[in-house]
Amino acid sequence: MNDFKGQTLSWTIKQGVIELSLHREPCNEIGSLSLAELEQFVAALEQVEKHCHALILHSEMKPGFCAGADLRELYSRSQALKKSEAVKGVREFLERIHRVFNRIDTSPLTTIAAVHGVTFGGGFELALVCDLIVADKMARFCFPELRLGLIPGFGGIPRLKRDLGNAVVRDLLLTGRSFNATKAQQAGLVSQVVGEGEALRAARATAGQLSKFDRRTATTAKQFIKPVPYEELQREIDLFCELFTQPAVEAGLRKFVESTDAQPYLP
Amino acid sequence: MPTAETTLDEILTLAAAHFKVPREKLSPDDDFFKTLGIDSLQTLDLLTKLENHFHVELPDYELQGVSDFRTLAGKIQARL
Repeated sequence: MNDFKGQTLSWTIKQGVIELSLHREPCNEIGSLSLAELEQFVAALEQVEKHCHALILHSEMKPGFCAGADLRELYSRSQALKKSEAVKGVREFLERIHRVFNRIDTSPLTTIAAVHGVTFGGGFELALVCDLIVADKMARFCFPELRLGLIPGFGGIPRLKRDLGNAVVRDLLLTGRSFNATKAQQAGLVSQVVGEGEALRAARATAGQLSKFDRRTATTAKQFIKPVPYEELQREIDLFCELFTQPAVEAGLRKFVESTDAQPYLP
Repeated sequence: MPTAETTLDEILTLAAAHFKVPREKLSPDDDFFKTLGIDSLQTLDLLTKLENHFHVELPDYELQGVSDFRTLAGKIQARL
């Protein structure tokens, strides 16, 4: 399937470049529908990536790349179930999203996240799956999960540890503060910082450069330098599910969902 | 180093330009959430604009409870 137009995302293929575009209001929160469409996307990858050399992920939504998991859906679903069933549901969701993220992580294509604005939580984790991050200078990166009594659950910590020094990882995780694009580039997270509204254009230019290389060689290089930390990823799911049973999580989610605070996204 | 007054003036000018509000409608002691009519996501935009303009880092937690331009300017001035 060369083109797809879903409710939360779409993809197109042009000149060997797959562009996966996120477009769920308000800021691409990842819930069950987004996950189902991401699964459709990785299923289609099997067929289309043979004829391509690059994959670009980007957002059509003005506020940013992705604000993370759909916490309202998570809260309402968990409230409707017994605790044990809610945890089971969370584990199933996490295992499905990890399969999707691992598949993109290990794609033979060179993958580029073109990000702007809010790149938080699960959105940050989605960007970390990619080989390169090109950031609009207005992009912000953050792991706000601790304020909910949780840790990132979509593979964020192991992938951040793969890419950055542990001191930076601890800063992001334990303080929950956000980094702007310049800080993220200084830390080694972002490969290019570009002007406002220029991330997708810069990602396309990068993808054009990649077309010059032998695909098998590029894939071999990627596999050599980008191992997937499977054991830590599994441990992360286990820890997340352990924490999810704690009262702090329900309280944190309720506070978020019911918040009329002018700054609910600020840690 | 710019003076505190200069910093405050630059913040007001930047906020007015970014959110397309007439500069003369903004005052140092205004609640910027109300005056600019911005939500949490737009507040992050303002934070990024200010960090980029002044070349400083403003940890989010230092801005908890800050809602007027003058206090915001003080936070930035302390990092210049």
